[in-house]
Amino acid sequence: MSFDLDLLPDGGVSWLDASGPSAHIVLSTRIRLARNLQGMRFTIRADDEALESIRERVLDAGRAAHQMADAVTFRLDELERLDRQLLHERHLVSKELAGLEREGRVRRGATLFTNGELGVMINEEDHLRLQTLKSGFALPPAYGDIERFDTDLGARLPFAFHPEFGYLTSCPTNAGTGLRASVLIHLPGLVLTKEITKVLQGLAQIGLTFRGLYGEGSEVVGNFFQLSNQTTLGKREDELLDHLGKIVGQVIEYEERARQKLEHDAATVIADKVWRAYGLLRYARSLSFEETMNLLSGVRLGVGLNLIPDLGVYTLNKLLIFTQPAHLARREGRFLTDPDLPVLRAAFVRHVLETDAQRPPRAGEAPTP
Amino acid sequence: MQCDQCGERPAAIHLTQIENNKVITVHLCEVCAAEKGVQSEASVAKYPLGDFLASMGQGAAQALPGEVESGTCSFCGGTLEDFRETGRLGCPHCYETFEPHLRGLLRRIHGASRHVGEVYLSPGGDGVAPPEPAQLLHDLRDQLRLAVDAENFELAAELRDRIRGLE
Repeated sequence: MSFDLDLLPDGGVSWLDASGPSAHIVLSTRIRLARNLQGMRFTIRADDEALESIRERVLDAGRAAHQMADAVTFRLDELERLDRQLLHERHLVSKELAGLEREGRVRRGATLFTNGELGVMINEEDHLRLQTLKSGFALPPAYGDIERFDTDLGARLPFAFHPEFGYLTSCPTNAGTGLRASVLIHLPGLVLTKEITKVLQGLAQIGLTFRGLYGEGSEVVGNFFQLSNQTTLGKREDELLDHLGKIVGQVIEYEERARQKLEHDAATVIADKVWRAYGLLRYARSLSFEETMNLLSGVRLGVGLNLIPDLGVYTLNKLLIFTQPAHLARREGRFLTDPDLPVLRAAFVRHVLETDAQRPPRAGEAPTP
Repeated sequence: MQCDQCGERPAAIHLTQIENNKVITVHLCEVCAAEKGVQSEASVAKYPLGDFLASMGQGAAQALPGEVESGTCSFCGGTLEDFRETGRLGCPHCYETFEPHLRGLLRRIHGASRHVGEVYLSPGGDGVAPPEPAQLLHDLRDQLRLAVDAENFELAAELRDRIRGLE
């Protein structure tokens, strides 16, 4: 490893601690702001010299921002692929910045400057992508942090802004506020009651969109959905956030209702699903990533319904991140492929569950068929 | 589930709306939905906006009208052709070079083309002052003429409203 993630407080994943509001259903809240510098070409048309200059100017301004005293810099164009993948798996950088897209390459000067919770990706699709990540459903505090950082940076760097179109971005889908807020939410109740299609169709009608665990272009696995605003122009920042917040609040309510319905109408079936998932995670000898996500979803539902005692959401959140390929590879100190990867994943899951569960579930705690 | 409107046909469209700060879901059959002007996912694809949204994944630029006059950004050398290929503009100045096209495109993406959020004042204070009203009116009338010539009536209507507002 060519860098030390431990330099970051909690390795940059403090949001896993499930301390935020509604953390049993909402894993995290993320907000990003797209900004570009005046008088410079956007990154796709900028030459290496310009990309280096953007990197330096943004880093200088970032280091001067008072919130960023403890921030760390990762220069992605000088990192090995596995390290870049690790940062991506931690939700600290986008696939594009990490150069992990198909035929993707790392752009010159691609950099992450972060204190773990708040940071900026430099030379992504836009010169700056400010971002913040918080535990649970926490839109207002997340926006508060990023707005202060934006104001600080904007006072030191001249952002490209147009009186009619707002902040100018490389892709017009981000112009205006440049704001994309997303909430990573776990909706097994709505999936099992088959109400999810209705909810997702409804979102599109009201200017929201959903994506998978890793944002744009990613598949939905383990019943985790990222709900976010679709449009960025024509509404004020607070309107965009209020709108998303109200709808997410409503989706949480729907999810809770669906879970109650499942508990009421199909208690045995649900308990069986939950315990089977737990049993597999606890004892399986080989696990694919997708299967792990789906099983974790089942166990997470069980924890939410108080079916599985002494297992915290924090443990499950950790497993979501640390069972990914680059994380397992880092743990083993070598690049992993099949068949080692699923075997080591299963061993890691067993180890975490054995260590973190205070005591094994007793037979009496499992519902009788 | 039956349609909330006619109570006869099965509901096929579930419309979530916000009214008086409350989220209300209305379940409608295809017929009643069409009468109310609501489009189902399938029917959306029949309309240009649906095509546009469907193409968003491949880049917004594909939604630009096919017949556009060629133009090159004097700052970065980018053309509309480049934009259509990559879905990305070349530099902030492109927004001015391709302004009439982008205004229509932004409207289709966001349902609006005017930023109403936070107003940014750059450290140097340059390039952010709103244009003089007389100059703006003059520009808008030019754009209106272009929009009418191009038979882009949606854009023309928006420009007409803005001109009236300023007059």
